[in-house]
Amino acid sequence: MAAWDWQVFCKDTIDGEVRPRCFGADGDITYLDWLLSAWGWTLSVAVLALVVALVVGSIMGIFRTTPSKALVAIGNTWTELFRNIPLLVQVFLWYHVLPALIPALKDFPSFILVVFALGFFTSARIAEQVRAGIQSLPKGQRYAGLAMGLTLPQTYRYVLLPMAFRIVIPPLTSESMNIIKNSSVAFAVSIAELTMFAMQAQEETSRGIEIYLAVTGLYFISAFVINRIALFIEHRVQVPGMIGGH
Amino acid sequence: MKKTLIAFAAVLATSAAQAQTTDTLKKIKDSGSISLGVRESSGLSYTIGNGKFVGFHTEMAERVIADIRKQLGLSSLEVKYQPVTSQNRIPLVQNGTVDLECGSTTNNATRQKDVSFAVTTYVEEVRIAVKANSGINSIAQLAGKKVATTTGTTSVQTLRKHERAAGVNFEEVFGKDHADSFLLLESGRADAFVMDGSILAANIAKSKNPADYKIVGEVLSVEPIACMLRKDDLAFKKAVDDSIKRQIKDGSLAKLYDKWFMQPIPPSNTRVGLPMSDATKAAWANPNDKPMEDYAKK
Repeated sequence: MAAWDWQVFCKDTIDGEVRPRCFGADGDITYLDWLLSAWGWTLSVAVLALVVALVVGSIMGIFRTTPSKALVAIGNTWTELFRNIPLLVQVFLWYHVLPALIPALKDFPSFILVVFALGFFTSARIAEQVRAGIQSLPKGQRYAGLAMGLTLPQTYRYVLLPMAFRIVIPPLTSESMNIIKNSSVAFAVSIAELTMFAMQAQEETSRGIEIYLAVTGLYFISAFVINRIALFIEHRVQVPGMIGGH
Repeated sequence: MKKTLIAFAAVLATSAAQAQTTDTLKKIKDSGSISLGVRESSGLSYTIGNGKFVGFHTEMAERVIADIRKQLGLSSLEVKYQPVTSQNRIPLVQNGTVDLECGSTTNNATRQKDVSFAVTTYVEEVRIAVKANSGINSIAQLAGKKVATTTGTTSVQTLRKHERAAGVNFEEVFGKDHADSFLLLESGRADAFVMDGSILAANIAKSKNPADYKIVGEVLSVEPIACMLRKDDLAFKKAVDDSIKRQIKDGSLAKLYDKWFMQPIPPSNTRVGLPMSDATKAAWANPNDKPMEDYAKK
């Protein structure tokens, strides 16, 4: 087996010469510069999609537990629609099919489209978890809240959600980690993120093993940092005596 | 005594070195089979389903293998078709899974450190495809326009180099494969598609309305495409080269070119319609295994 050649990251992307400080100067770009920028794109797609997913997913999850049949129907339709179509197909629907139907979408950058595609896909899964969290609470809590004279939104805000969200932190953590890994589909719609970098840079440098190892490492680090943050939040918000508390 | 020791060590060293250098011809003779690396969807080698592989380079390789069979005096030689991708073709040749890879691999200096190449059999020219009514005729007109190309190809780097050298700036959009890149051009998400001429021609031929597209402008990059084999296996390289030179000399390779580029080809029986370029003619007139970098110097 050929020896490692980690110098590959110090090479310039135009002339293939090794740059002394590994970072390009005066507009020159080395593979290391490119790798870091690709990491930035991966994180941007993932974090923005996560925000979309958490907001939309929570709303849809809450809808599915309300007494209103209409809201339950909206929540159920949303969840099943986005949960039952493969992610890559959804990305292509957003990128190729919707702009053909709605011409205005053509001017949207593919970055925005992929954030929504990934965000909505994940929101369906989060909606399911939020619903499960709310339904895991004894029914008496909802009745108690309403009996005290709280409105339905107030019951959710002060009684149900504070407990339900604490319960679903662990599954939400794995969704958040998944979104980092799922963001790799963005390469298919021309986002210069880590997976695209890996495919392109290994073709140009013929050092596939080094490139893929570096990219794998960055995916791992990103997902692991999310995991640690979630763990910190989980410990920070836990209430003694409740599920998950000590 | 000391001299004998040194001589002994030298013998050991050479025999160890010999054990490491691969002898593909011997391997073929002993096993009665050869593993041929092919592509699933490239202009020069592709599948038509059911494990059947065809294309200009695939058929040429089959003829090379027939010549090798004769040279080794074998009554039969089993050909094992091994589909490869841009990502795995070099490791598969190096580790012996594939004995001869005839897909669409560019012979360049970086790869020559890892593998050897047979003589160049096709010279690819990177060109620009646009919509026929776009009015674009050269790369200079692409400044500020959206240019599609495919992730994981050398064209991405070609575009980048060109951008830097000429100081123009285009907005690149990347398709995940050639069909996807062509869709970007077709749907208007890109104004041009920059790629190997044969791939452009094939995609245009397969499109709904081939007359809507044309290939324009200067040649952006010239890339010699050749069969790939293990490094430092001179006997095997000679056998492959000799067969290719024989095919060039007796005109059978030119007939093969006509069959795959000018006549209707499977699966859809469309014509690629790409006449042989001057660069390919030159490579056939003087068979060589020079890397891409030597072409750029001209």
